Amino acid sequence: MTTAMLELQDVHTYYGNIHALKGISLTVNQGEIVTLIGSNGAGKSTTLRTISGLNSPRTGQILFNGTRIDRLPAHEIVRLGILQSPEGRRIFPRLTVLENLEMGAFTRNDSVTMKEDLERVYTLFPRLRERIAQKGGTLSGGEQQMLAIGRALMGRPTVLLLDEPSMGLAPVLVEQIFTIIQDINKQGTTILLVEQNALMALAVAHRGYVLQTGLIVLSDSAAALQSNETVQKAYLGME
Amino acid sequence: MATSHPRVAQGVPWRSIGKILIVIFCVLFLTLPLIEMVKAMIADPQLLVRQLLIGLTNGAYIALIALGYTLVYGIVELINFAHGDLYMLGAFFSLTLVGVFSLTPETPWLIRGPLLVVVLLATMAFTATLNMLVDRWAYRRLRGIGSRMAALISAIGISFVFQNLGLLWGYLRFPFMNGVMGSNAVAPKSFPALFPNVNLLAGTGVRFGAKDLIVVGVSVVLLAALYVFVTRTRLGKAMRATAQDRDAAALMGIDVNRTISLAFILGGALAGASGMLVGLYNGTAVFDMGFTAGLRSFTAAVLGGIGNIVGAMLGGLLIGIISALSDQYISTKWTNAVVFGILVIILVYRPTGLLGDDTAQKA
Ligand SMILES: Nc1ncnc2c1ncn2[C@@H]1O[C@H](COP(=O)(O)OP(=O)(O)O)[C@@H](O)[C@H]1O
Ligand SMILES: [Mg+2]
Repeated sequence: MTTAMLELQDVHTYYGNIHALKGISLTVNQGEIVTLIGSNGAGKSTTLRTISGLNSPRTGQILFNGTRIDRLPAHEIVRLGILQSPEGRRIFPRLTVLENLEMGAFTRNDSVTMKEDLERVYTLFPRLRERIAQKGGTLSGGEQQMLAIGRALMGRPTVLLLDEPSMGLAPVLVEQIFTIIQDINKQGTTILLVEQNALMALAVAHRGYVLQTGLIVLSDSAAALQSNETVQKAYLGME
Repeated sequence: MATSHPRVAQGVPWRSIGKILIVIFCVLFLTLPLIEMVKAMIADPQLLVRQLLIGLTNGAYIALIALGYTLVYGIVELINFAHGDLYMLGAFFSLTLVGVFSLTPETPWLIRGPLLVVVLLATMAFTATLNMLVDRWAYRRLRGIGSRMAALISAIGISFVFQNLGLLWGYLRFPFMNGVMGSNAVAPKSFPALFPNVNLLAGTGVRFGAKDLIVVGVSVVLLAALYVFVTRTRLGKAMRATAQDRDAAALMGIDVNRTISLAFILGGALAGASGMLVGLYNGTAVFDMGFTAGLRSFTAAVLGGIGNIVGAMLGGLLIGIISALSDQYISTKWTNAVVFGILVIILVYRPTGLLGDDTAQKA
């Protein structure tokens, strides 16, 4: 029996008058990789922003291990162990790689465990160790993506929210990033993965949701979604 | 296809005439006076060195205020128009404490020194708190409504409020203040000469007083402390992170509002220190002293690259020196115009300032 770790119940989020999420309900169970796929503008990023508290839902609830978090400010949600690697990576361009990683561990402020976590990140992304003193803004796109994920890992996430980690990366790097995502999951972190690259996302995820203009139109196991005709046509580029 | 428009080749060549006029103007009003200035500088090098040292002292206090503009702009993109007036309130507050402690030039150094440190710390705490509270009460409510203009205009409003507070303050005559205020509200208030004025370079024909050393020394210590805080500490790095990307900072668990408060606190503290130092250095404080100081410091912050912490320090030094040279070689009456001219030139030709956008130390 799995337990719901993160649960959205009928969440509505607005940008001013724009109704971006029109009643999203989804669950993420402990230990899973759940993916949220959908075309550009469907509301994937808004869903993650709402979970993280950057946007607050107008109605609906968000539960984390059974307690409501939808009225908490963003920085307190991080303290609960929900960390996000946002769309576009959002590296601090004028902080060094090391400083960026330190910021990921901001809530912990404990130098011993921070050393351990740095080691863990460097093991996952050896490239970052070579770039340690370089300014974040001078990294390549792939390196920035590694840094963004590494930075989120520094916060010791129970749930890791990843927003389009494959965006703008060369195919080899995409493979690499998805392998690392699976590794992170195997090390015990629950993952909610937002992707436009549905093919890769469904390949690594356990379950998936399909989002269309602010509504969830399909939800199933990743395998079932991969063989679903609508998904194949709309998101996997198959005829 | 595009038809070629016939150029007006004949007729009066207004463009060329305009260019020639600009050149004549530059030669007459910029180059010739500049040559005269350089000649005067070479003719009397002692005077030049003296002015440079005055510039150093000016630069120190300007840098302290400039940091307040840059810290706040770096993080909330607000030009805090009230910042110069906060510096004035710092001067008033420190003068009030000088009165309360009955400090006079006769007070022995064993008592005067520690008490001056107390006055400095209390003044910094006062302006820091005031700056933070104004942000909480006024600017914070206006953030996130999509218009920076609203906050800017309220900052101008706060500037008036502060100046009127200064006027009111100048009128106070409680017995415990020992008469440091209480004259005519608009009149300058006198500080007792608490800083020693001996010339440390006596016999060289150049003047650098003990009080210059105090102003420069205290400023350097404060600037260095700020630099270390911002580059080495966890909170300081969080402040730079918040300035670079507010949402990403929130996603790191950084309390963005508290971090913004911190920027106002640090900027406010430095402005207070500056107010006290200048008050004691010049021996006077007046309710509208924040205008000129604010203009110079804002220009310094823009010159160094607004938002850039090292830039504000460098800009402060440069504006201090330029003002001192202008005071001597042009005219004190023209110095504000010179500084304002520099501000306009930077904004037009190099809005990112000397150190620009992408330097290491940008907040
Ligand atoms: N900052 C914003 N202001 C206004 N509308 C926005 C903003 N961000 C996103 N939207 C709108 O919300 C909807 C969902 O966007 P988003 O969550 O970014 O989609 P996705 O991540 O799936 O591409 C879109 O219609 C988009 O135009
Ligand atoms: Mg998106």
